Amino acid sequence: MIQEFKKIWKQYAITMLWLLGLLWPLLGIHPDGTLSFKQTVNVWSYIFAGTFICFIFYIINKSGNFEFFTKPVVNTSQKLGDIVQAMPSWIWKSALLIGAIIYPILTGRYPTDVVINVLLYICLGLGLYVVVGLAGMLDLGHIAFYGVGAYTYAILNVQYGIGFWVCFPLAGLTACIAGCIVGYPTLRMRGDYLAIVTLGFGEIVRIILNNWMSLTNGPNGILGVKTIGILRPVMENGLTFEIFWVKKLEYFYYFALALAILTIIAVTRINFSRIGRALEAIREDETAAELMGVNTFYYKLLAYAMGAVFAGFAGALFAARMKFVSPESFTFLESVMVLSMVVLGGMSSIPGIILGVIALIVLPEVFRELESYRMLVFGLTMIIMMLFRPSGLIAAKRKKMMETKS
Amino acid sequence: MAHLELKNITVRFGGLYALSELSFAIHTGEILGLIGPNGAGKTTIFNVLTGVYKPTEGDVIFEGESILGKKPHKIFSRGVARTFQNIRLFSKMTALENTMVAMHCRSTKGVMGALLRTNSQKAEEAYIKEKALEALKFMGVIQFADTVASNLPYGSQRRLEIARALASEPKVLLLDEPAAGMNPSESSELMKDIARISERGIDVLLVEHDMKVVMGVCNRIVCVEHGIKIAEGSPQEIQNNPKVIEAYLGQPAATHD
Ligand SMILES: Nc1ncnc2c1ncn2[C@@H]1O[C@H](COP(=O)(O)OP(=O)(O)OP(=O)(O)O)[C@@H](O)[C@H]1O
Ligand SMILES: [Mg+2]
Repeated sequence: MIQEFKKIWKQYAITMLWLLGLLWPLLGIHPDGTLSFKQTVNVWSYIFAGTFICFIFYIINKSGNFEFFTKPVVNTSQKLGDIVQAMPSWIWKSALLIGAIIYPILTGRYPTDVVINVLLYICLGLGLYVVVGLAGMLDLGHIAFYGVGAYTYAILNVQYGIGFWVCFPLAGLTACIAGCIVGYPTLRMRGDYLAIVTLGFGEIVRIILNNWMSLTNGPNGILGVKTIGILRPVMENGLTFEIFWVKKLEYFYYFALALAILTIIAVTRINFSRIGRALEAIREDETAAELMGVNTFYYKLLAYAMGAVFAGFAGALFAARMKFVSPESFTFLESVMVLSMVVLGGMSSIPGIILGVIALIVLPEVFRELESYRMLVFGLTMIIMMLFRPSGLIAAKRKKMMETKS
Repeated sequence: MAHLELKNITVRFGGLYALSELSFAIHTGEILGLIGPNGAGKTTIFNVLTGVYKPTEGDVIFEGESILGKKPHKIFSRGVARTFQNIRLFSKMTALENTMVAMHCRSTKGVMGALLRTNSQKAEEAYIKEKALEALKFMGVIQFADTVASNLPYGSQRRLEIARALASEPKVLLLDEPAAGMNPSESSELMKDIARISERGIDVLLVEHDMKVVMGVCNRIVCVEHGIKIAEGSPQEIQNNPKVIEAYLGQPAATHD
């Protein structure tokens, strides 16, 4: 058995030695100039022991000695998948919905906060999905529209005292206008060039927010943004209304949930319409799409603007929840995060992206103890994902249209 | 009346004249063959007709009106559809979706329609699907409707490209080497299909290297070499034209060095 896997063993040994060489400068060279080996060898031997066990399992599995165990597992998981497929979709949809509704009641403040974050990022991720997944345009500045939406609400609310429900559509509108202004000159570019331009745009927005003191209060941000207010009927001396401020996190959760659900429905409907098809055609072959009657420039701009609108809406809600906005929240790293969610989830499948968002928001929270190694673990999972599931967590499935024919 | 006409077209790429002073017309109801050795400029003609290249000089007339400088999608929706020499399907979309994309210019519902799923939007989607299925059926690839385009057999991919071009019911169809890579039985099948397309009242411009196909199906043939039209006439005339024979078989031995 060992003979068969000679090559793999050799590679493994080399990798471990390489790792040792890599670790030593990180752990063995101290700021005061002294050198040590003990800590390096310690950490290394832990990693070595761990990977060695995994490796042994891998080899036994490869040589087929695990089949008595893996076969039934694979079989049952396949059967489970078939059962889920056979179930009408409303069953699991309503189960999910009920779960989502009772979630904040069952859990505490902190888990609710994390899930609000997840819901906002779902809106952002799905907006980006329209741009990257459907139209195939690499956008590295998507977070800028989130920022535009958030600042629109913050400025209008704090300086002019305008309420949330007026500002909410306006936030979408300003994000849309920003999207058109950026998109109009830049969307003639393709691929890498477009990525660089959008990256630049994202930074420009952040720098404007940082420096336009009179409007945005610069790096200090805007404080005292009001939360959502709704009119509540009161039955004292006839029917009157009073404003009810959504201060409690649990209540806020439902607004985020509603926005996320609306976004999911909207993006799904766009996906399976002639607009979605036109965008996918552009992604597959822009020239051919133009020659088959798709106004490629218009639809690229439309995709970009739609992505911006979803981000703008999410931004307004973000500002209402934090009651504070500052340029810090809209950095390039955030754009990369959202893009990672889309890529990790599988570029062109809506459930995949939702899963990607959950993975990238919840996992870092779970691994909070690891603190400084968090990003390392994050990077490692991304690499492993790309190796084993290059088309994302849930690969896109084509809708079978003939079966649903009425 | 000439349906689609090239008038004194010159296309220059830097110092290279891909087409020079080229004129010919596709008449109503005919299948016009376009032949010429490799690099003669046939695909360039397609690109000029569909608005991909703007010619350096000359004019393109369609139904009595110049379509020079119009965007490709505008020209397509007016009724000039094409296929590609190297298959250019939307490879990750199904055959049906590929064909439905071509119906884009025959439908109008926008974002609001899609978001609200109004009855008129649903009706339009059904209409798009019906037309697309019709085109797939016409080209005999209906069994692949739900198959992702890149998984289709090669010959069927070529047929799907034609189906996609036909879905929007164009007036002129430009076919760029549709029989390339097909075996003899497939290409004779294709000949019949081209005749059927013509019967539907669609004018066809056919670029093809397979002389059996060209001579078998075309009413008239234009031969180009180095971007210059060297002959035009019936299949018989072209077959016996010394210039054409020279272009295809090479010049007499004396001029070789
Ligand atoms: N975009 C371009 N830029 C520069 N030169 C080009 C371009 N497109 C075509 N050419 C040149 O124009 C000439 C004609 O090319 P074209 O593709 O039209 O030939 P063709 O008749 O279709 O040949 P084939 O039978 O090989 O398809 C060739 O010399 C080609 O190199
Ligand atoms: Mg060619």
